[in-house]
Amino acid sequence: MDEKNYGPVYAQDFTFGLTEDDKLLLDCGRKLGPVNIRFETYGKLDDKKSNAILILHALSGNAHVAGYLDGDKAKIGWWDNMVGPGKAFDTDKYFIVCSNVIGGCSGSTGPRSFNPESQNPSKIYNMDFPVITIADMVRAQHRLMKHLGIEKWLSLAGGSMGGMQALEWAVSYPEAVNSVMPIATTSRLSPQSIAFNWVGREAIMRDPSWNNGNYDIAKVPESGLAIARMLGHITYLSDESMDKKFGRELQEIKSYSFDFKHNFKVESYLKHQGEKFVERFDANSYLYISRAMDYFDLSERFGGNLEVALSQVKSSFLVISFSSDWLFTPEESLKIVEALRVNSIDVTYCDIKSIYGHDAFLLEVDVLGRLISDFLKCRYEEIK
Amino acid sequence: MTQKIREKLLKRPDILVIADIIPQNSRILDLGCGDGSLLELLRKEKNVYGSGIELSQAKILDCVSAGVPVVHGDLNKGLKELPDKSFDYVILSQTLQAVERPDQLLDDMMRVGKKAIVSIINIGYYSARFQIMFRGKMPVTETLPNHWYDTPNIHLGTVCDFRDLCREKNINIISEIPIGEIHEKLLASIWPNLFASTCVFVIE
Repeated sequence: MDEKNYGPVYAQDFTFGLTEDDKLLLDCGRKLGPVNIRFETYGKLDDKKSNAILILHALSGNAHVAGYLDGDKAKIGWWDNMVGPGKAFDTDKYFIVCSNVIGGCSGSTGPRSFNPESQNPSKIYNMDFPVITIADMVRAQHRLMKHLGIEKWLSLAGGSMGGMQALEWAVSYPEAVNSVMPIATTSRLSPQSIAFNWVGREAIMRDPSWNNGNYDIAKVPESGLAIARMLGHITYLSDESMDKKFGRELQEIKSYSFDFKHNFKVESYLKHQGEKFVERFDANSYLYISRAMDYFDLSERFGGNLEVALSQVKSSFLVISFSSDWLFTPEESLKIVEALRVNSIDVTYCDIKSIYGHDAFLLEVDVLGRLISDFLKCRYEEIK
Repeated sequence: MTQKIREKLLKRPDILVIADIIPQNSRILDLGCGDGSLLELLRKEKNVYGSGIELSQAKILDCVSAGVPVVHGDLNKGLKELPDKSFDYVILSQTLQAVERPDQLLDDMMRVGKKAIVSIINIGYYSARFQIMFRGKMPVTETLPNHWYDTPNIHLGTVCDFRDLCREKNINIISEIPIGEIHEKLLASIWPNLFASTCVFVIE
């Protein structure tokens, strides 16, 4: 057993928006409610409530960031090597919160949730669910923060889409954020990423089982969602890491089979990733969350000027990219860094040398861990 | 608390000289800031807004551990993304000789900073001259410990060379602080080009 594991952890729920006034007003103009937020917490909030850190998950993540869910050792958190006693996010020192985004499918309100006002017999939102944005996700997290009695986060951290939420927090709630760690992310989704998301959604929506989103739990659009995931996975790796991990090696066979079954290791890997994903993720959630990423452009409501967008920010930053990440490139991180420096905001930037591509934020634990743990230590000492 | 940092910097008297020049509350940019010692010192002693640029990942980790904001970057790519006159002082200590185009970096520093402080390794230092003259070999000294074939110092110059470059570029040398070894301090102040192993220039 991993002695540094946090151990058993249990999911918690917070529901709001039961009355018209309390509903969540979204960027699209619609109101969402009731809203449930599924979250987990680790460690203890200190007397001054100054050690709270919010970890924000990526597209396919969830609230279960570390430890064993319900004490089940098979249910290990998605960033367990970073969060726990003595780890970068030290649960002996900090109070860590991680919540599932709205629109998700791991406990928080999303397209497959019960819709009290639904006209259709299933009473499930499906495509009646409003199109949400990264800012909407953050608004819902802000409600959770108030519910937990926290006034200011010591830090916010997230990779990929989690980094977008972290950036959005710093802009939307500058007073509530002491420091931010956007990792392997961007201030605006590039046309290339929008293009990948489009193809992923097309695969889902053209799957006959999708049925305009009204699929039955027994007959979900498996092939569409698996294709979307396989496509996604290619963008999370790099040419070099694929070459190292798979090469041109064959899987389970000694020579080419001269048909179209999976021959190569890389093919079986993708097939496996697709199949595994279908078991734990929902197709409609994939549509909504990927759309939220498409719409993310931090500078948009500031006339397209990122420097202006970041001018009211009151937090210090640790921006991290990975040298082989071609989905959210180091150049995109550097744009954030430059805009912060123009505003005289304390910013540290490191482009970690790695061959793992975008996935590096889950794999480069040593360097990433040192950066995060030292950065947090300094921030915590500053306010103590 | 800053005493420890100062002790660590005893080996780099030029950095300590620079630290004493910087006024309180100024905005400074340290190019090639290494482990961030100068910035750490200035943030603590003089409440400066300071940030650094550093190429080495290992040294960035040191900076983060010291609580110094640092940006991973290559000085050979210039400072083009930084706005004009956005810093009170741009600092470059014993690094000018190691960049691809010292003249272009100097231009960039003058654009980004209201003033700049440059410390140079003086190849006109007498011990270096003697090594070339009498041994007929490229000098190896305390400040220049590498061999001719593996040195990162590809553009070595003298105190006089640097003055010439400033004159050519219409850069005004506000002050010049020659740094001599322990028993050569007086000589260094009288005849810097021969007796100063390093020299700090404040320019605008």
